[in-house]
Amino acid sequence: MTVGKIIIHQDRCKGCTLCSTVCPQHVIHMDDTRLNARGYHPALFVDNGDCTGCAVCAVICPDVCITVYREAPAPKRARLAEGAAAL
Amino acid sequence: MVDMVMAPPEMQVVYDYPDSLTDTPTSYCPGCTHGIAHRLVAEVLDELGLREQTVLVSPVGCSVFIYQYFNLDACVAPHGRAPAMATGIKRMLPNHIVFTYQGDGDLVSIGAAEILHAAARGEKITTIFINNAIYGMTGGQMAPTSLPGQKTTSSPTGRDIVSTGNPIRMSEVIAQLDGAAYIVRRSLHDVASIRKAKKAILTAFKVQMAGLGFSMVELLSSCPTNWGIAPETALEWIEQNMLPYYPVGDFKVRDDVKAL
Repeated sequence: MTVGKIIIHQDRCKGCTLCSTVCPQHVIHMDDTRLNARGYHPALFVDNGDCTGCAVCAVICPDVCITVYREAPAPKRARLAEGAAAL
Repeated sequence: MVDMVMAPPEMQVVYDYPDSLTDTPTSYCPGCTHGIAHRLVAEVLDELGLREQTVLVSPVGCSVFIYQYFNLDACVAPHGRAPAMATGIKRMLPNHIVFTYQGDGDLVSIGAAEILHAAARGEKITTIFINNAIYGMTGGQMAPTSLPGQKTTSSPTGRDIVSTGNPIRMSEVIAQLDGAAYIVRRSLHDVASIRKAKKAILTAFKVQMAGLGFSMVELLSSCPTNWGIAPETALEWIEQNMLPYYPVGDFKVRDDVKAL
């Protein structure tokens, strides 16, 4: 599975919870233990390796707080060429 | 926008802050879909490479400070008069992209004449129309787009259609006009709809680039604060209550637009 990672800009977040409701891997939670500079409970990314970098959270975030990273996929074409050469 | 020290160098960026938005945090309430609409427009302008050639006309309403959030040239029109101002700008600067960003209180009530006549004249401008069925900035009063029975601060027992009439479906109204080239309605209530909305905004700007006529994208949006519900519930409210009355669809796509 593709490995992804997101960075949530903590002080832009308004704690609307939309990202945590749409995340298919359930790796975004609302941080109820602290407040950010604007007085909201920000969203918190749990980096447990489940994130696939699908960017659904970034698409729904109304405050554009989320930057999404994804591991570069191994070049499929090169693998196919390798397989053909092995035959 | 993000702390670059934290950015993992071995990974590629798949979603980042658009260049057409400034760093200014928006004044919108948590969960307001205005922010999503802003981002979609900014991404489209980035993709088309139009940031330096675009003029934005700001409305009156929650999005009156939109000129602070977009990294574009902009001016503020009096309430409802954004299409009239955009007409003047577009006629003076025909090589520029001019768009208005208006809410339902701005476009459907006080600005109804301006938008209808801009569309009737076939002005080569684009309008992004945010329909959240309520007046947001002034405290949640009933708008011409409020649904039958919807409780607002000025209709505390629910909108009475006998005395206030039925909500106006503005996209369908404007689609009747010959000058309109591309009139569609999209929703912002889930991720799939947001992606479709972005495609519609892209087409609307392409229509203007090709000089085909007036283009408008209506976006069904949420107003969690004035509807009095949580942001995620507000998105469900759009799906359950607004979508049946305001169906998503293409109301006018002229043949020359289809060829784009």
